[in-house]
Amino acid sequence: MNPRIAKALVNGLLLGGAAVALFPLLWMLSVSFMRPGETGSLPPPLLPAHATFDNYRELFLRAGMGQYLLNSLLVSSAITLLSLACNLMAGYAFAKLRFAGRRVLFQILIGGLVIPAQVAMLPLFLLLKYLGLIDSYAGVIVPAMATVFGIYLVRQYARSIPDELLEAARIDGAGEWRIFVQIVLPLLKPIMVTLAIFTFLAAWNDFMWPLIVLTGQEHYTLPIGLASLAREHAQDSELMMAGSVVTVLPVLLLFLALQRYYLQGLLLGSVKG
Amino acid sequence: MIEGARQHLPSVRRSPLRHVLAICVLCGVALLGACSPSTSDRNELTFWTIGREGEAVLKLLPDFERTHPDIHLKVQQLPLTAAHQKLLTAFAGGSSPDMSQLGNTWLPEMAALDALEPMQPRVDRSAVVKQDDYFASIWATNMIGGTLYGVPWYVDTRLLFYRKDLLKNAGFAQPPHDWAEWRRMLAALSDPHRKVYGILLPTNEYEQLMSLALQQPDMLLREHGRYGNFESAGFKRALAFYVDTFKLHQAPAITNVEAGNPWTEFGNGVYAFYLSGPWNIGEFRKRLPASQQNNWDTAPLPGPNGPDGSGIGAAGGSSLVIFRGSRHKQAAWELIEYLSRPDVQRRFYELLGDMPPRRSSWAQGVLHDDPQARAFREQLEHVRPSPRVPEWERIASEMQLVAAQTIAGNFTVDQATAELDRRVDRILEKRRWVLDHARPATGAAR
Amino acid sequence: MNSRRTAWLFLAPAMLVLGVFFLLPVIAALVLSLTDYDLYALADIHNLRFVALGNYWALLQRPLFWSALGHTFYFVAIGVPLSMATSLGAALLLNSPLARCRSFFRTVLFAPVVTTVVAVAVIWRYLFNTKYGIANVVLEHFGFHPMDWLGDPHWAMPTIILFAVWKNFGYNMIIFLAGLQAIPVDLYEAARIDGASAWRQFRHITLPMLRPTLMMVSILTVSGYFQLFAEPYVMTEGGPLQSTTSVLYLMYDEGFKWWNLGTASAVAFLLFAVMFAATAVLLKLARRGHGHGADEEPA
Repeated sequence: MNPRIAKALVNGLLLGGAAVALFPLLWMLSVSFMRPGETGSLPPPLLPAHATFDNYRELFLRAGMGQYLLNSLLVSSAITLLSLACNLMAGYAFAKLRFAGRRVLFQILIGGLVIPAQVAMLPLFLLLKYLGLIDSYAGVIVPAMATVFGIYLVRQYARSIPDELLEAARIDGAGEWRIFVQIVLPLLKPIMVTLAIFTFLAAWNDFMWPLIVLTGQEHYTLPIGLASLAREHAQDSELMMAGSVVTVLPVLLLFLALQRYYLQGLLLGSVKG
Repeated sequence: MIEGARQHLPSVRRSPLRHVLAICVLCGVALLGACSPSTSDRNELTFWTIGREGEAVLKLLPDFERTHPDIHLKVQQLPLTAAHQKLLTAFAGGSSPDMSQLGNTWLPEMAALDALEPMQPRVDRSAVVKQDDYFASIWATNMIGGTLYGVPWYVDTRLLFYRKDLLKNAGFAQPPHDWAEWRRMLAALSDPHRKVYGILLPTNEYEQLMSLALQQPDMLLREHGRYGNFESAGFKRALAFYVDTFKLHQAPAITNVEAGNPWTEFGNGVYAFYLSGPWNIGEFRKRLPASQQNNWDTAPLPGPNGPDGSGIGAAGGSSLVIFRGSRHKQAAWELIEYLSRPDVQRRFYELLGDMPPRRSSWAQGVLHDDPQARAFREQLEHVRPSPRVPEWERIASEMQLVAAQTIAGNFTVDQATAELDRRVDRILEKRRWVLDHARPATGAAR
Repeated sequence: MNSRRTAWLFLAPAMLVLGVFFLLPVIAALVLSLTDYDLYALADIHNLRFVALGNYWALLQRPLFWSALGHTFYFVAIGVPLSMATSLGAALLLNSPLARCRSFFRTVLFAPVVTTVVAVAVIWRYLFNTKYGIANVVLEHFGFHPMDWLGDPHWAMPTIILFAVWKNFGYNMIIFLAGLQAIPVDLYEAARIDGASAWRQFRHITLPMLRPTLMMVSILTVSGYFQLFAEPYVMTEGGPLQSTTSVLYLMYDEGFKWWNLGTASAVAFLLFAVMFAATAVLLKLARRGHGHGADEEPA
């Protein structure tokens, strides 16, 4: 094939793919600035005739989107911090500390990966009911405080820490906790960033469990608030698109800022699922 | 991959992690601070509304709050399609509100769960809520096994919206009185080639078929709600009439999602009839241009066998209930009394078009003089409640699924009713067992 | 001794959370699926009956379960190959030496992955609206009949599949890209000297070298696609005519709409069994095609 044609073909296809990937997102952004009812004309307009912030004002002043946004931030941040702590400690222990049953326990954990989370959901609901955690932030946060995937990721990474480093510290008389905080954690920083983004994005985008646990509007996270809005205001597409922008934009920006870490973690995590 | 990871170890001097952590902590702290005061207000009354009522009721509440400064109201709006699930989840999770709006078909379910506070003692003492003033069938939907669990808030019965001009052009001076006449009109007004239909019956709404079925002398369930009774002659007649309307292309087989904007299409003459509820009076007035406003009217449902059976419909609507677990029952009752006042109910109608359940609320004001509300007033004296079993919502949705499959040609009417009875008997299996093993103390054994 | 205690202390928080909030519920779900826990039992625990395998038996006789399973298989059988082919295609393009602005394209093509399912499903619902959706405007522009994408029982699932491919292909694209980059360049050099066409190079070098990655990705994607729920919940509510009701949607309806927790747990375990079987079959295929397991021991 003519190399120039081939080059045009490859880049043309890439450009086309990029257009398809981006179009819905750009359309969402454009429509979110349209006046109510503007999309209901034929042919549907691509750009707003007069850009307006009315939809956003409506969302934050009347539809409670501000509260949902804060809830999402709170829940996702708390999950990220707490699960980071639990997973780092456990992953490190599996990688570097010697104890009876280490291998078996780890294999049981990996085996647990094949069980879909939904299996546990119904009894988990009853359990949280007895703990009084239904319709509270804790109901979403607590069950997400440790993940097999996170432990696995940390363990894979922590295995590359040289044993001599830890032994040397032990000989110097450092306690295990000090070794963890002062030597291991700094070495684990890249995987911490990766895991933090992964967890944050997953928590932010999570839908089914918050939908079940959070019964009160004041606790809704953005996806739940948006889904509820979508059922009530289905005909107000401009408003719904503004809501989608508010939901999608934070994670999109976070990804853009830290994508190197995200993509690294994606590869690290999926080599052995 | 471990090798890959090791290569990256030294490269993270300017770690963004610290920023992420700092932001997380800040957000968390700020939020905890902002949220803590609102969690347990002692005089806070939480009130759940469903669907459109939420926004309208907000406009009625300032007056109540002025006269009851000690009660802090917290109103939450549940979307209609998620409300049923939310109410059950909240009850199961022990996070029910103090009081709620509750569709009267859902009442038996919540009563079976023993979730609701009996109302009779409060009604007996009340100077506002007078049982005699309410439409009897509507009041009856709130009585489960002899106990009153709710006070009707607004009523809803489905009847005919029709295009006067289209009927007249086709040679009909009056809306139909019986099904045979109705069928003739539908035939005259439908022309599938021009995409014009006699009536819109969204295939995913069960209320239309249920209204036709409740007009029949046969009960929908038999033996105190132990078994389905869908193979009765009455239900078969109703289902056959319903399905024939689609088979004869007098209604399009579409759901309400696809129907999109039925008001404009009604205005444009796509449908001559629309079997729907009272809120559409307001919608049609709002959405149709002035030039079309004289062309439509409402009429009671035609009866299956002639004028004597006409005007019978389903007793729908919503009640106000207090949850048994509430710690603000007195405050909740005061709000119910306020919302039951005829003058407040009339304002509610003006705001939203939700029709009041009390005769005295109809006795004056715009409602009294409204020609298009008259058909509702008439039909409300003859409405019939749907079966009061906790499983009804599920049975009704099965009924509609089977009906939709019958329309699609997957079943004949006889097959459909047999299938329906089979499914319903299975759904009611637990109820039969509970009734047969009733322990004196169980709430569910009613 | 000391080291052992430390290890357990380090493990304790994570194990506690996983034990109490995952392992325990899974065991409880198994027990629950053998009972008829429902609204009546919720009101009064004396209304709970042990039904052994009754729930499973009843489900296997219910047409809705089979149709939900059918829809899920449909979604997996069409969605997984389509989405993997798209991923592989995009990865090949990105890996091509002719491609320009690679990191830009990589980021853009990956962007849909990080978006929130609910939010983008809402967008798609409007794009595929029968009357005002852009999809139909484009179709009409090219002289096709407009389609009732989400309202027609035959088209709703394909539309959801299209959506899922758009949303997910970027994830596997990244993995494939890494796999492609790991293939030694001299293999292609040698092939080119032998005069092999691009297609033959792809068939005889790229595909075999990528085989372990393809296998791993297909297993992950299959188990992910079996868990279809949020897309139909937002886009179609399981309809029209229940044509997009997946197994998980059925579980949600049974469990949290009708509160038949016993039946819902049985649905969950049946889904688990199906996923387990599908994964096992795929693994077997992978082994047979490649002698034995491709990579080294994990531990």
